Amino acid sequence: MNVETQKVKIFMQKHDNQKRALISILQDIQAEFNYLPKEALQDVAKTLEIPLIHIIGVATFYRSFSLEPRGKHQATVCTGTACHVRGGPKILDEFERKLGVEAGHTTEDRQFTLETVACLGCCAIGPVVVVDNEYFAHTSIREVGSILKKYRKKEKDNE
Amino acid sequence: MIKFIMNGLEVQAEEGWSILETAKFYGLEIPTLCYNEGLSPYGGCRLCLVEIGEGPRAKLVSSCTYPAEEGLFVRTDTNRVIKARRMMIELMLSVAPGSKVIQDLASKFGVKQMRFEVRNEECILCGLCVRICAEQMDAHAIGFQNRGHKKKISTPFDIRSDVCRHCGACMYICPACQLRCQGPDADTAVCNACLTMDPTCLDTYDELQCWMYDAGKCGTCVQEKPEKPNSEDNEKTA
Ligand code: FES
Ligand code: FES
Repeated sequence: MNVETQKVKIFMQKHDNQKRALISILQDIQAEFNYLPKEALQDVAKTLEIPLIHIIGVATFYRSFSLEPRGKHQATVCTGTACHVRGGPKILDEFERKLGVEAGHTTEDRQFTLETVACLGCCAIGPVVVVDNEYFAHTSIREVGSILKKYRKKEKDNE
Repeated sequence: MIKFIMNGLEVQAEEGWSILETAKFYGLEIPTLCYNEGLSPYGGCRLCLVEIGEGPRAKLVSSCTYPAEEGLFVRTDTNRVIKARRMMIELMLSVAPGSKVIQDLASKFGVKQMRFEVRNEECILCGLCVRICAEQMDAHAIGFQNRGHKKKISTPFDIRSDVCRHCGACMYICPACQLRCQGPDADTAVCNACLTMDPTCLDTYDELQCWMYDAGKCGTCVQEKPEKPNSEDNEKTA
């Protein structure tokens, strides 16, 4: 048994292998691996005795789960109504151009995952961009580069 | 016994029946698509809409999922119902114009136009295959994934599922897998070739696809329907 399966097993035991704890278990797995590995889902299906397709249904329904590995940083651009009229889509375009990926995907170097969101509830400071829980208010196209740079730099500092 | 009024008739339903089941019992026809006797009701196609209540508080509900209740006032063929039903068929046509079942419905209910963009998706997400796989075949091999406009039906990870036994039940029950007959004009979104026939040829001559073998070439199905004595009433209800 490898480390991964071991970990998944522990997550499930934490919830007494209860069917109704499926979402909590998936959350734990997502937090640990940054995505839901196929093998992990198969293990969960077997242990909790839930058909695999139901688990896939849940995992694809919620945005917080991902079946593909996510990037280290999560960049979210708001395209809600208020941010939309203030130029959210243009900022998204800029992000897509700079990162070279479309919304919903991860860059090849696994650094950034680009996502969109429909309103974060802080329309007054729109257009809003969120990177790893840090909010950027009144963003403009020009700032996109520096935002990305900031996180790329953090990376280097840590190394 | 639950007593309620349906189309001005006092009907009795057994505990646990839906409006649709009661209507069937009394021989009232309500069109359905995503309903199947052997499967749990799903309420996805909205074809079985009926109007309940009276006056301004009347509302449309799907009869396959609405339980029979004491004192209900149900009408199955009001103008509002017919309009809504036509709209549902039109919408389904826009998604899967290649489906025989949907073209058939369009012919039957006089849907002559399709005002939406043709999407040719060949799946209307009625969920029949998902339910037959889970409930009758006990396989749980396919299911809904994603949500909103990205919703689709597939196996886990879109690869061959190891619980699938290749029984073919999903294809058997799929209303969109059976292609329409070619008819006189195969490229239109609304075929309507059988509109003037009673009953529509596809209803009756299932396997042959076209009752004249020749897929509409004979022109029988595009001839004007002879004026029938009750055709005027039909017009009125429509
Ligand atoms: S629309 Fe962007 S925060 Fe509300
Ligand atoms: S048959 Fe009732 S909604 Fe489809």
